[in-house]
This record gives sequence, C-alpha cells and structure tokens, in this order.
Amino acid sequence: MKTNQISVFMENKNGRLAEITKLLASKGVSLRAVTIADTADFGILRLIVKDPDHARDVLLEAGFTAKETEVLAVAMDDKPGALAQVMELFEKHEVNIEYLYSIMAGQEGMADIVFKVQDLDRGEKILKDAGYNRPLHV
Amino acid sequence: MIWNAVRESESPDKRRSRQLADLKDLVARLYNRVDFYRQKFDEMGVLPSDIETLEDIAKLPFTTKDDLRTTYPYGLLASDMEDIVEVHTSSGTTGTPVVDAYTRNDMEIWAEVMARCLMMAGAEKGDVVQNGYGYGMFTGGLGVHYGSHAIGCNTIPVGGGNTERQLQLMRDFGSTILTCTPSYSLYMAEVARDMGIDMDSLPLKSGIFGAEPWSENMRKEIEQKMCLKAYDIYGLTEIIGPGVSNECAEQDGLHVNEDHFYPEIIDPDTGEVLPDGEKGELVFTTLTKTGTPILRYRTRDITWLERGECACGRNLVKMHRLLGRTDDMMIIRGVNVFPSQIENILMEIEETQPHYQIVIDRGETHLDDVELRVEVEPQFFSDETRVLEGISDKISRAMKDKLGVNLRIKLVEPKSIERSMGKAKRVIDKRTL
Repeated sequence: MKTNQISVFMENKNGRLAEITKLLASKGVSLRAVTIADTADFGILRLIVKDPDHARDVLLEAGFTAKETEVLAVAMDDKPGALAQVMELFEKHEVNIEYLYSIMAGQEGMADIVFKVQDLDRGEKILKDAGYNRPLHV
Repeated sequence: MIWNAVRESESPDKRRSRQLADLKDLVARLYNRVDFYRQKFDEMGVLPSDIETLEDIAKLPFTTKDDLRTTYPYGLLASDMEDIVEVHTSSGTTGTPVVDAYTRNDMEIWAEVMARCLMMAGAEKGDVVQNGYGYGMFTGGLGVHYGSHAIGCNTIPVGGGNTERQLQLMRDFGSTILTCTPSYSLYMAEVARDMGIDMDSLPLKSGIFGAEPWSENMRKEIEQKMCLKAYDIYGLTEIIGPGVSNECAEQDGLHVNEDHFYPEIIDPDTGEVLPDGEKGELVFTTLTKTGTPILRYRTRDITWLERGECACGRNLVKMHRLLGRTDDMMIIRGVNVFPSQIENILMEIEETQPHYQIVIDRGETHLDDVELRVEVEPQFFSDETRVLEGISDKISRAMKDKLGVNLRIKLVEPKSIERSMGKAKRVIDKRTL
C-alpha cells in the first residue's frame, strides 16, 4: 500500500511542465499518476511512476529539485461511495489528510487513490485492518 | 607578520606630520599641473598655501565619479605622459570608464600596499596565492599579483571563472591563499561539492575577498564551506585598485593604508567632515601617487572610521566593513534598505542561502513593488505546499520585522539565480525614478 511518490519543485514559468514531461518521456518513464499542487508563485508536481528511483535520478541529473516520499496508494472498488468509506475511516481514526489524487488508469473495476496522511504507518494499518489490501498495479 | 612595521605601526604624530607634508606636496602638484584642479581651486578661492594643517583638507574641493568621466581619458594626469608605465580602467558598465594611470612610483606604491594587505590576511613568503581576480584592465588581478610578487609568494595567475580548473589547481598546487569575490567563493564551494572535492582536505588557510559588499554572516558561511579564514579587502580603480585597506587577523575592520590614501568620512548631503566613529560617505585623497592623483574622491561607500592600537600590532586607522553604497541603497516606500541587510536576514534563516535577487518595480498603483527571489534549498524542498509556503512566510515576516517593509517573496529553483563570476547581480531596479 505504501508507495513512493516523486515530487518536483517548479517555478510558474512557461514551458516548465513541458520540459519535465519531455525529459521523462525521453528516459522512458511511464506516468501512472500526475498532479500539480500550485500556489501563486510555484507548483509542486507529484508523480507516481513505475520505477521511482530511476525517475528521481533522471530529474536530479537534469538539475531539478526532486525528492521521493512515501504515500499510501489504495485500490478500492470503482463504485459510488467507495472513497466516502475511506474518508469515513480516516475521520473516525482522526487521520489528517495532506492531499489526495487519483491514479490515471486503474485496474478493471477498481479506482486507485493516492493519499498523503500525517502518520503514514498508522494510516496504512487502519486501512489494512479495514480490509484494504488489494495490491496496486503500477 | 607585518610587511612594513615602520609605517603600519608608526606613532600617530609622526604619521600625521608625514601626511601633512605629502598633502601639501600633492596640492601644489595638482595646482601646478592639472587644469581641472586649478580651476576648482580658483572657483573656491583656495591656494595651496592655505593648507597649513591636515584639517585644512576640508577647504579643498571634492572629486566625483562624474569629474573622472568628464576628464576621460587623461584630463587628470599630473605627470608627463612618458612617465606613465601602465593604465587601468573601470569596467565602464555604468558609463564612461574611469582611468587610473600609474607611474613607476605608483606601481611601487601599489605593490607595497598590496603586500601589506596580503600579509594582513596571513600571507608570507612560501605561500601559494591563487589569484581568482580578473586580469586585464580590471585592477583586481594585477594588483594582487604585484603584491604577491613583492612578498615572494608563489603566484597562480588563474584569473576569474573556469571553476573546475580553479579547484583542480587549488588541489594540485596546494594553494594556501585564495583571492576572488566572496560570492564566487561560495559558488566554488558548490562546484567543489559536485566534483567530490573535500575542501577540508586542501591546505587553503586564507581567502581575501572583495570587489563587492558582503556581510558578517556570509563570512561565516564562506569560512565554513571553504575551510579557510575569510578577509575583506577594499579598493577601487579611482584610488589605486585593490590595496586601499584590508582586514587583519582580528577580522574587525579594515586597516587603511592611510600614509598613502588619506580617508575622511563626510556627511553625503552637506559635504561636512564627520568625526571618527560616525557613519558617512568615505572619501579618499591619494597622498603619494603621481600619475593620476586624486583629491577627496567621493567613493559613495558608507562606513565609519576607528582609530587605536590593534591587537595585530598595527595602528593604521580602521574602516568598518561597508554598510552599503549611497548609490545602491534602495529606498523602498520611503525606507532605506541595503542589499547587505537582506542578505544578513536570509543567512539567519535556516532554510535559505544568500542566493537572492531583488526586483523592484512600480505597479499600477505607483507604489514600489519589491519581489525578493530566494532559491529553495534542495534539503528543504517538500512535497507539501504548506511547508514551502511556511518558509516563504518566515522570510516575509523576518524582512518585515527587520527592515520595516513588505517584500513579496518568490521561491525559485535552486541555481536559477545567476552566479556571476564577478559581481553578483543582486538588485534589478525597474523603476524610473
């Protein structure tokens, strides 16, 4: 369930994202999830990829500020209310969520959601105990 | 060690009487040989014979940078042209360059004062001086070179730039003294890290850094990253180049070679001479030069003077580290701000480095809008916007607290602010004032 996410610091400049995606494409990095958290001045690009170590090295070598952090990737049924159930679980156990986003192409009948919570180990345990333990295919 | 103990530790009375004799001689030479000065004297109704004490220097006219430009190239020459053996100019980036023409006498003075400066920073015969100041028309490279030769140091004339080569030379030749701009030394430390060179394993002991203002906190960072003692050197083309003043081992003020360059502090608005200890504009008179000697040159540098015996054994008057320049002082919404203050504040914040740039503009409201661009240090980068915004707020609060102005903080990518090989471009002022 824990998986590694790559985050990249980006100034809000024309063509920055094009540069990064082009770089990753040229190194054969396949993107499974991509999201940008942005403020007025900068953005943080977050990526889930097949080989995070490789992607991180590619970015660092090209001079980007990138780092690898752990997040929770949860496979849930692709049906109304599935996310609400997880949120309820987190609320019940007072797990604070920093951010979440979804993985682009989920498995058949499944929706894969990435969570960044304050206490990752505890979050993972709560989910596992509640039966969320289907593996993620990235 | 002291290069010239007789002069650098001379009794104040003896020094003053020598300064007075040299001043009288200088004034007579300027009056007789330089039309520009004779006209100024005449306009003010001053004669060389009016100079009876050192304090009488206040009766004499100032020289400004504009004066040097209008007399370009040789309007201030006080010697015969055939006695000039070398010429240097300022870069001229802000207008017509300023000329310094040296006679053989001036070259000897230059080597002498630079030898004193290098020795103040710990240089002795046997040292290896890696001279990272630019050679050529810029005074920095050759000035250091002559002083280093005078002492008998092994001089590596590498000049500016080519950082990887600098580091290779440093390692292979065992450089013990480095001379370059302070911002370039920090850049070197970055490159050394990338090259896998451990600065601590190199024999460097001193760095002599000048040509741009820097702060006490930047000194700490340079000393830690470059594993050396960092000394401030001061000089300007208009006076002689490097060699006007330098810090000694006390690292508490720069000893001015006042037997050659007579310093005054004046009120920049009224021109009135201020007493020791008061802050004001630094003014120099070259007492002994013969090529292009200069009277009461207004440096636009802000500092103060302090007299007394120094623990290093010298009693040459000390000028405090520069507080800024009257002409790069920013006035932001009526508040005076020196870039060195911003640098100091950034150094005090753990998450930031002194890699910054200030962009001042006037928006539609005609109010000054100041953007402070600060690089995000890789180790403080976070995948959470909250953390980065927290750093940004922290900088903003510190600036507001200490400067009294609101700056817009913009976090930028590491190494995105140009690291210059020479002077770092810290301020971009787009206002038309």
